[in-house]
Amino acid sequence: MSIWFVPRDAAARSMGADAVANALEARGETVIRNGSRGMLWMEPLVERADERHGPRVGWANVTAGQIEAGLPDEQADNSIGAVEEFDYLARQNRWIYERVGITDPVDPEDYVAHGGLTGLKNALAMSGSDVVQAVTDSGLRGRGGAGFPAGIKWRTVADQSPAPHAGESQNAPAHKYICVNADEGDSGTFADRMLMEGDPFCLLEGMTIAAHAVGADRGFVYLRSEYPDAIATLQSAIWIAREQGWLGDNILGSDLCFDVEIRVGAGSYVCGEETAMLESLEGRRGMVRAKPPLPAIKGLFGTPTVINNVLTIASVPSILARGAEAYAALGQNRSLGTQVFQLAGNIARGGIVETAFGISAKELIEDFGGGTRSGRPLRAVQLGGPLGAYLSPEKLDVAMEYEALIEAGGMIGHGGVVLFDDSVNMAEQARFAMDFCVEESCGKCTPCRIGAVRGVETIDKIRAGKDVEANTELLRDLCDVMTQGSLCAMGGLTPNPVLSALNTFPEDFASPVIATG
Amino acid sequence: MSHARYPEWQADTAEALIAPIVASEPGPVLLCLQAVQAHFGYVPGDAVAMIAEACNVSRADVHGVFTFYADLRDTPPPAVPVRLCAAEACQAVGGRELKAEWAAACGGDADLAALTGIDEPIFCLGNCALGPAALVDGELMGCADVARLKAAVTLARAMGEGA
Repeated sequence: MSIWFVPRDAAARSMGADAVANALEARGETVIRNGSRGMLWMEPLVERADERHGPRVGWANVTAGQIEAGLPDEQADNSIGAVEEFDYLARQNRWIYERVGITDPVDPEDYVAHGGLTGLKNALAMSGSDVVQAVTDSGLRGRGGAGFPAGIKWRTVADQSPAPHAGESQNAPAHKYICVNADEGDSGTFADRMLMEGDPFCLLEGMTIAAHAVGADRGFVYLRSEYPDAIATLQSAIWIAREQGWLGDNILGSDLCFDVEIRVGAGSYVCGEETAMLESLEGRRGMVRAKPPLPAIKGLFGTPTVINNVLTIASVPSILARGAEAYAALGQNRSLGTQVFQLAGNIARGGIVETAFGISAKELIEDFGGGTRSGRPLRAVQLGGPLGAYLSPEKLDVAMEYEALIEAGGMIGHGGVVLFDDSVNMAEQARFAMDFCVEESCGKCTPCRIGAVRGVETIDKIRAGKDVEANTELLRDLCDVMTQGSLCAMGGLTPNPVLSALNTFPEDFASPVIATG
Repeated sequence: MSHARYPEWQADTAEALIAPIVASEPGPVLLCLQAVQAHFGYVPGDAVAMIAEACNVSRADVHGVFTFYADLRDTPPPAVPVRLCAAEACQAVGGRELKAEWAAACGGDADLAALTGIDEPIFCLGNCALGPAALVDGELMGCADVARLKAAVTLARAMGEGA
């Protein structure tokens, strides 16, 4: 009896996966809703295996109509053959995503059968301090964009004593917290979402390891409201993990007591900034805090707090399972291990590519991505989200790692790669970057709050041909003030897309707006 | 859940929603606002005062939180909200054009406009390889176009009426 796999990932569902699963079940077939393999242009990618953990063959872009007409065989036009031998997958090196697409995301037995909990068991056999050391030795850096070494952050928290909430008496219960930043607001990024939908236990295991390492008792996942599927899947996983004894008191029979809750965001991009996220978790407006004090010392409710991105925390179980040394052997320079790149925008073969740091942007875009979806020439690539620079196609030999990208005028951000074909108007994109900052600024500091408004106005004047030279100078000056004077990355990095568009594609600013298409 | 009809505002129900949050959570204001909106579909002015009282903060504090977050609304939502992604990855595959086409479709069809509300931009739905992305009554759509949006709205309305 065959087993069919139809992804439950939101991207697959957005292309009709539910109808396909229903059509298979209507035929009496056994269907498992797995995560997505991350080859998103093929969704719904349906797979079949002869036994639960056996090798699988797949079909791309399956429709309910196809299933109703008959079960597909390997002669079907949309057959891709053995899924794991498919080039796009076979060339990856999956650590964080090792189970995504393979397992049923909310089946604890499946999780354990595919190596889940190995990292946590190894960690619990070590002292917290040794776990911190292992994470430090792995070279793991923050995947949210800033790239701060995770081990150093954890050590800082581990060295603090638990503290009562700010404003409470010294006799009140003392805490340390693990806060996972799942406010994945950057356009062109979806790796946090797919991990939470495709292997939520991995995130919970990573948080539990972090709790053991630093002595935390409670964790929060700050998850954006724009991800309803991820919220639902992670919530199910939390309930199941509690039943399994993977969360709660005496986890896996150890002394560790730790529990996790989801906090849902409310539609604010700036709450992805860690201190704004803390404010939001405390129930207030998501206004950025001045640092110091560092969140590691005075974080959530004034207690020592680890704040890591989803991918940072989700890297930890595999590091503890396979060893820090093996992890650190991947990558290059100061960018060690693997990164989950996300190919997006106008791309033929968009999706997830997890591979060691150091792959070139060109290889990602051409070899994996297959160029633009429209088939028109590539004009610009935005790396690292809405606050990342636009690069021209000539600059794509750059190695995808933290420092090399900064040198090239870009940034790795959260690993997003967004392609634009030659129909793009880069002055429009620059205007959007400023306008996005107007929309999403928390309003705390003037360069960001006022500067972005002035930025939109000034770009409009340039595009309308008014005092172009003086206004261009003004725009540069404004960008300088925003870069130097903003409290956080929102105002501080908004000039990246603006100036890169202006410097690399000045012709788009020179002429009056011409409709393209 | 996305198809549920929201009940009329009822102060007793709201108080019962808020009380356990205030009792168990530090920093409960945003959680209270979200709980009220999840239940009633929006946050009426009465709820702001009620939450302020329950959390022992000023009404201005609650109003400040309420107005900061784009998700929170003070009027009931449309029956089948349609939101189009306005962020870069979707712009790269015709997001702006889709927005204009959708606005035109709603402009020529008052029923559709009333049913789906004004498209408030949403920045990134995490479906960036399959843009343009849209959220129709809480359900994600990839490679959206006007025809598919209309079909999804019709389906969502039918399911809503069946519920």
